[in-house]
Amino acid sequence: MEKRPFENNRGSERPDIKGWGIDADPKNDPTYPYKHRNNGEHKGYTWERPPLQPVTVEVLHSNERPNITAVFGTTSPPTGLSGAIRRFAFKYSENSYGHWLPLLLADRVNAVEGVLDDIRHGHFPNIFAEKGYKGKWKHDPAGTAARIGMIVGVAALAFWWFTRDDDDD
Amino acid sequence: MLAMNYRGTRRVRVSQKPMPEILHPQDVIVRVTRSCICGSDLHLYNGNVPDTRVGTTFGHEFTGIVEEVGGDVTKLKVGDHILVPFNIACGTCVFCQQELFGNCHESNPQATAVGGIFGYSHTAGGYDGGQAEYVRVPYANVGPTIIPEGMDVDDAVMLTDVTPTGYQAAEMAGIQKGDTVMVFGAGPVGIMAARCAWLFGAHRVIIIDHVEYRLEFARQYAKCEAYNFRSLGDVVLFAKKTTDALGADVCIDAVGAEAAGNALQTITGRKTLLQAGSATALHWAINSVKKGGIISVVGVYGPTDNLVPIGNVVNKGLTIRANQASVKRLLPRLIEHVQNGVLDPKGLITHRIPLEDVADGYRIFSDKLDNCVKPVLIPPSARM
Repeated sequence: MEKRPFENNRGSERPDIKGWGIDADPKNDPTYPYKHRNNGEHKGYTWERPPLQPVTVEVLHSNERPNITAVFGTTSPPTGLSGAIRRFAFKYSENSYGHWLPLLLADRVNAVEGVLDDIRHGHFPNIFAEKGYKGKWKHDPAGTAARIGMIVGVAALAFWWFTRDDDDD
Repeated sequence: MLAMNYRGTRRVRVSQKPMPEILHPQDVIVRVTRSCICGSDLHLYNGNVPDTRVGTTFGHEFTGIVEEVGGDVTKLKVGDHILVPFNIACGTCVFCQQELFGNCHESNPQATAVGGIFGYSHTAGGYDGGQAEYVRVPYANVGPTIIPEGMDVDDAVMLTDVTPTGYQAAEMAGIQKGDTVMVFGAGPVGIMAARCAWLFGAHRVIIIDHVEYRLEFARQYAKCEAYNFRSLGDVVLFAKKTTDALGADVCIDAVGAEAAGNALQTITGRKTLLQAGSATALHWAINSVKKGGIISVVGVYGPTDNLVPIGNVVNKGLTIRANQASVKRLLPRLIEHVQNGVLDPKGLITHRIPLEDVADGYRIFSDKLDNCVKPVLIPPSARM
């Protein structure tokens, strides 16, 4: 529990701090105001759009907008089961759990697909390296050993549990 | 080319990916010289951001040299060394016209609530990021800025996100001379927010975290008071006692979804994802600020919901201001501050890591090992 008394310590200048107060006066700060309101919203979606990037991959877009934005990323388009889940998610608006929760599920499915895809291409993923355990071992050997020990222990326990002889004879 | 490659929750590697191409007349292709790992990258790394697809390259804080330009690019040429704001902004939509460059409406088809961000999932546009040897940069006439002559590239890369975000956190907080400012989170953005709070005239700046080495770093770097919430017991009670029972004038949430300090928030927000991250810092900010005070939020949360005491926001008459930093708007002032020695962004960098070791870099940063505050990845070509 906090033992200190109630106290006030406000109100004076701090010349000991380099740059103290130099942006305190909005009139002297070129970054103010941080929103230059121009009521452009009142005209709706009427601005002259930039040239449109050709759509060369499948791009899912929010149903809260009428179109695909003028530019977009093309990395990792939807594929496989995770892609199907993502397509389902985009039937729902950003306001809906029906949008976000399937996307989280798709991400987990996608991780499994990634491992299978690696193996299919003859690359068995080095999970130890991908999890950065080399760096963790270097800077936290005790913590790393404890974690690995726990994983091995749980695996051994599970192995024993599933292979134990249940026969009473 | 070599690029960071996301493989699933807390699994990344470096692998060969195809070279990026010009896909739009306002694109440039950039050879990366520096690329940071951001605290908000850890939300992706930990699997907290929906639509983070396997194969994506992260990285929204980077500098690089222009290698190729699209047909409509007029402000950059091959060979320019540029810093690239993390926001992808068209410059023409109604929001960009109002200098809300973090809220562009022409850069992210997948979501309307956030503009495009490099390497930040398909929820932020599906772009590959800068933790690679090369990266495609759209709207090159708008955001990218030539690094001023004489500026250290390490300072420049810190102007792409950390410094503007910390500065805007202080700016949005409406700090008045003499104010007491409480910053929750002693990560790079929180430390920068604490440093910038002085520029707006704060009299006291207090930073709260639970990682001792970061608190000590904050004391030295930001010249602020720094307290460990685990030893304070009740953070809000501390805030009231140290402000004569009234509360801090301003509170800044510089933590976001990965906050520690409240078991219920941790279980529901980080372990089970029943809410969009742990909102402990925002909860404390609401309860620590004075009546009629301002809360500035730059911590990143997921897109669903969070548990916060909204009733207290009403009853105390609070103003909550929040946004992704509008980097392009802030750059002229921040470049001036760096050139005048008022701000020292590169002083936050503690680790310079080869791009090839990105998996170790993420692990060290995520687990707060080796006194890591801010790691920067350096591609092979930038090490020659």
